[in-house]
Amino acid sequence: MAFLDLSHLEKAFGAMRVVKDFNLGIDKGEFVSFLGPSGCGKTTVLRMVAGFERPDSGAITVDGRDITGLKPNQRSIGMVFQAYALFPNLTVAENVGFGLKVAGVAKAEAGERVAEMLALIGLPDLGARYPFQLSGGQQQRVALARALAPRPQVLLLDEPLSALDAKIRVSLRTEIREIQQRLGITTIFVTHDQEEALSISDRIVVMNGGIAEQTGRPLEIYNRPRTRFVANFVGTLSMLEGVLQDPATGRVSLAEGEVTLGRPIERPAGAAITLALRPEALHLGGGRGDIVLPARVTEVHFLGSVIRIRVETGGTSLSLDTFNRPETPPPPLGSQTEVSIAASDVIVLDDARAEQGAH
Amino acid sequence: MTRLWSWGALLIGVAFFLMPLYGMTEFSLKMRRGEYSFDAYVTVLGDPRFQATFGYSVLMAVLTILCGVLLVVPTAFWVRLKLPGLRPWVEFITLLPLVIPSIVVVFGYIRLYNTSSWLPLTGSVTGTNMLLMFGYTVLALPYMYRAVDTGLRTIDVATLTEAAQSLGAGWVTILARVILPNVLGAVLSGAFLTFAIVIGEFTMAALLDRPAFGPYMQLLGANRAYEPAALAVIAFAITWACMGLIQLVTRFSKHNRVAR
Ligand SMILES: Nc1ncnc2c1ncn2[C@@H]1O[C@H](COP(=O)(O)OP(=O)(O)OP(=O)(O)O)[C@@H](O)[C@H]1O
Ligand SMILES: [Mg+2]
Repeated sequence: MAFLDLSHLEKAFGAMRVVKDFNLGIDKGEFVSFLGPSGCGKTTVLRMVAGFERPDSGAITVDGRDITGLKPNQRSIGMVFQAYALFPNLTVAENVGFGLKVAGVAKAEAGERVAEMLALIGLPDLGARYPFQLSGGQQQRVALARALAPRPQVLLLDEPLSALDAKIRVSLRTEIREIQQRLGITTIFVTHDQEEALSISDRIVVMNGGIAEQTGRPLEIYNRPRTRFVANFVGTLSMLEGVLQDPATGRVSLAEGEVTLGRPIERPAGAAITLALRPEALHLGGGRGDIVLPARVTEVHFLGSVIRIRVETGGTSLSLDTFNRPETPPPPLGSQTEVSIAASDVIVLDDARAEQGAH
Repeated sequence: MTRLWSWGALLIGVAFFLMPLYGMTEFSLKMRRGEYSFDAYVTVLGDPRFQATFGYSVLMAVLTILCGVLLVVPTAFWVRLKLPGLRPWVEFITLLPLVIPSIVVVFGYIRLYNTSSWLPLTGSVTGTNMLLMFGYTVLALPYMYRAVDTGLRTIDVATLTEAAQSLGAGWVTILARVILPNVLGAVLSGAFLTFAIVIGEFTMAALLDRPAFGPYMQLLGANRAYEPAALAVIAFAITWACMGLIQLVTRFSKHNRVAR
């Protein structure tokens, strides 16, 4: 059994089912992100782990111990909130030491631990300040130190970076990841920012409408999204609709011709099928992949190092990224060209699942 | 021109409030024929009954404040946290003492807790004192509740509570170490208002026959000429000192508040 195990969690508020049969095992020391749109139930799952909400059914165990019925203050779980939630009447050091004091840790020992935590978050000299004398980023670091000071078994972070501005968000997320790895603490990180989730997680749970649509390593989620929802939510994606002709060789007929993926597709022949493409999988001009489609350039966006081009093929619009190279300027608008795709880069979406999850 | 008018209005207002005060103070200094003196004050302050009743009322005020804080802070906290739907009702109930005359309240008390009732509080001195304290708590409730509730509005009660819970704190710790310190300024302003109310209260103390400051002032007023004026000035000074302390505390507690 995993270190933190959530099994068959259900939660409804009134008639609205917010979390539906949620299952997840997290290993000790693992960093897992919950990624999903607003209202999909991320916070609710987190609050059930913390003990602020009681699941209607299902069980939560930590290290083999069932904590489903325990009160929040009986669980050994650290929590970091979006709004920092530092105690305004206490200094930074007193905030960090709060959990230790509650636990009855001796003063000298608590003092040492507080100093250690303040050093860990890089604010060793700010112990005497009050929260209102700190910047947002500093406050959130203190909140992290406060949550970690009593050595919890699990750390929960609910969109800890969304109140901060972009630059600090990026540096602080790296810092959180470093601290998490140094302490080896089992962590759940809630976010609706895909870049955040992709860049710092061991695993990502993409949530939609209260269910876990897909759980996997960041590369897996990005490169092999299983459902249309995941594919759309994580990164940019173009889709081609087609009909499966030959499941064994992966031959699919599209509006603009036939393509063969050269790998079996586990669907009956004649099934409607959706092929998805990342912008970086498409190349301008023929000869850079097994699949070549005729295309017409409809938009060109110069983004600096990357040029994003939209082309149209057989009535479908595709996004395509190329690196900027001074010697090969982007094609003019409206010009007729070709795009090539490596068959191995084509993502076959699991449509049956997508429809199930989409309601 | 408008400026002149507003200054004029202000002047009239100030005069309206200060003239009686001036008259009273002036009168209280005229006990000795033909010259100003503090004789009336000396008589009042030297009166053992003054010392006894004033001491009694101060003690009652302190007990009332403690009782009020212990009653109101957890209630207001709980209503905000768990029963937000009940807030209008609780507010309505806390306003009732402003509508119901205290003479009605105290008669109700005497009927409910007389010597032949199920809880004969009026049968003993301690019981009657307790009854008076509860009565004072009720009188001060509108001010105390409003002050504390306003204080709670300035902090994120729900999130701070959850943060404390996740750090292992139970309800008593949360109230004592997180909630109360953050509404201390509000609690103190409620406390000073309570103090001012209790010091001057007459009806309850008189009907329960307790040796409080209010009935003493009344007694003195009925029997003497200059001393009541001196006493009124003293009572006025105490009230103003309370107001000043509220100001001081509000200013003092700013340093650990979120800058707004
Ligand atoms: N206490 C509650 N009472 C009623 N409904 C609630 C309560 N808490 C959450 N909900 C509802 O449950 C759904 C999921 O909420 P939740 O906070 O888990 O979403 P989320 O994924 O965290 O969204 P966000 O990204 O906006 O924070 C929402 O539709 C919300 O309105
Ligand atoms: Mg949320």
